[in-house]
Amino acid sequence: MTRSSRLSSWLPALLLAVVVLALWEGASIVLGLQTFLLPRPSLIVGKLVELWPSTLARGIAFTASEALVGLVAGVACGTLVGLATARWRTARETLVPIGIGASTVPIIAFAPITINWFGPESMLPRVIIVAVMVFFPTMVNTIRGLTQVEPAALELMSSYAATDRQILMKLRVPNALPFWFTALRIAMTLSVIGAVVGEFFGGPLYSLGIYITNQTGVSDYASAWAAIVLACFLGIAFYFAAILLERLLVPWYAAREAAR
Amino acid sequence: MNAAAGSASPHVVETHGVGKVFETGDAAVTALDGIDLTIRSGEFVSLIGPSGCGKSTLLRIIGDLTDPSGGELRVNGKSARQARLDRDYGMVFQAPVLMDWRNVASNIELPLEVMGFPREDRARRSAALVKLVELEGFEGKHPWQLSGGMQQRVAIARALAFDPKLLLMDEPFGALDEMTRERMNLEVMRIWRETGTTIVFVTHSIPEAVFLSTRVVVMSARPGRISRVVDVDLPQPRTVDTREEPRYFSLVTTVREALRAHLVDTEPLDDLGDARIRAEGIS
Repeated sequence: MTRSSRLSSWLPALLLAVVVLALWEGASIVLGLQTFLLPRPSLIVGKLVELWPSTLARGIAFTASEALVGLVAGVACGTLVGLATARWRTARETLVPIGIGASTVPIIAFAPITINWFGPESMLPRVIIVAVMVFFPTMVNTIRGLTQVEPAALELMSSYAATDRQILMKLRVPNALPFWFTALRIAMTLSVIGAVVGEFFGGPLYSLGIYITNQTGVSDYASAWAAIVLACFLGIAFYFAAILLERLLVPWYAAREAAR
Repeated sequence: MNAAAGSASPHVVETHGVGKVFETGDAAVTALDGIDLTIRSGEFVSLIGPSGCGKSTLLRIIGDLTDPSGGELRVNGKSARQARLDRDYGMVFQAPVLMDWRNVASNIELPLEVMGFPREDRARRSAALVKLVELEGFEGKHPWQLSGGMQQRVAIARALAFDPKLLLMDEPFGALDEMTRERMNLEVMRIWRETGTTIVFVTHSIPEAVFLSTRVVVMSARPGRISRVVDVDLPQPRTVDTREEPRYFSLVTTVREALRAHLVDTEPLDDLGDARIRAEGIS
């Protein structure tokens, strides 16, 4: 796949976004919509530029760090548990139910408790929330990738008298990588949502979640929207980071999908 | 030429009363019963029979991918398990079973990596094998960029990579079209002559079995038994012209009749099935 074809594949989405923004702007002016209902895009962008140096830059850095640390912790745990369960039966029997249990924790209810443990200023409450959120999809996809191996491929390895370790490294892990990267894409976007939602229950004043709640509280909707837009951009950036990493580490996968 | 064929001919495969019973819930299905088969070094032996005759099961038992339920089995004079652990055989399945994340050259090198061959040796061998299966220029291609016939040639090259003295092939060309299949048959013939490998070949194609083999083992179903062994005395090397020799046709007929004799014995064919067999006999 060439660079130009990749760009052109994004063009329709970009065009649609531009059209929607233009309609939004135009409708706001023509209908005279009140700013507290829905601020115009130009107003939001203005606020974004105005607030970036004083608060938003610091806010996005903080929220991004929470998301990233939680992501790394959750993905690492999910991957390790996935590896262990695919390798050992006892691990499968003990860890998978715990993993499923962890995935059913209601995050909204759990957030205030983590803040009670570590205090609102600490990053840890959000880090834990993000880690719990991304753990499950990572674990499930890792297990699926490691175990959904062609039976004939296993027999082939067996005909070479391959050791379990060789079967893991030369067959199961390469087979699991595309599954793992699918999980990473999901985890990347989840991590930003988890961090922002976690902040709604407490966090430093400049963090995006708290900033959004506070500005809404004082009816400064344009500023709140500026922070929301910023959180969106953060999620998109994370998602594309996952895709970039995937292209670098499993280039064959994108090539095969493109050929199909 | 196939040097090993003329030598003292030690037994590569030797089975005595090998049987296989599959337990499926409360019923037991006898897939194989009382298989006595001896394959000498350098032979090309085809196993042919109707579906359910256990030909693939027998091949898998020889390769220690399935355990027999009874009987004795020696591969290169040792147990099938020991032969597998000693990497005595190469296996080719009906599907090529290539790794999508590896290109042609590194797919061929997979067994060599598993067996700990040094890097230069691996590269040298895969280059020679790419040449043997006539895939020069495709070394860097990935499986999905190849045709079915090319993929199967990679699988054959991979099976030959570590110079096994025995090649087990389980309907390797079953998924290919007729034209590709005939070309692949010629290629397997050439590879067999050039390497001197003993080949056990499972197929459901009568012309393929006769064209390739030095012996055709005809099997019957329910339970899977050897009903007849046909010696194929067609001269070597076999070429496209072999398929037009009268002796070739008469051997095809012999094998067909051996298969048919048993079908008539065990279960009467409906009119359609009988007509189909007659039509094949004429073609």
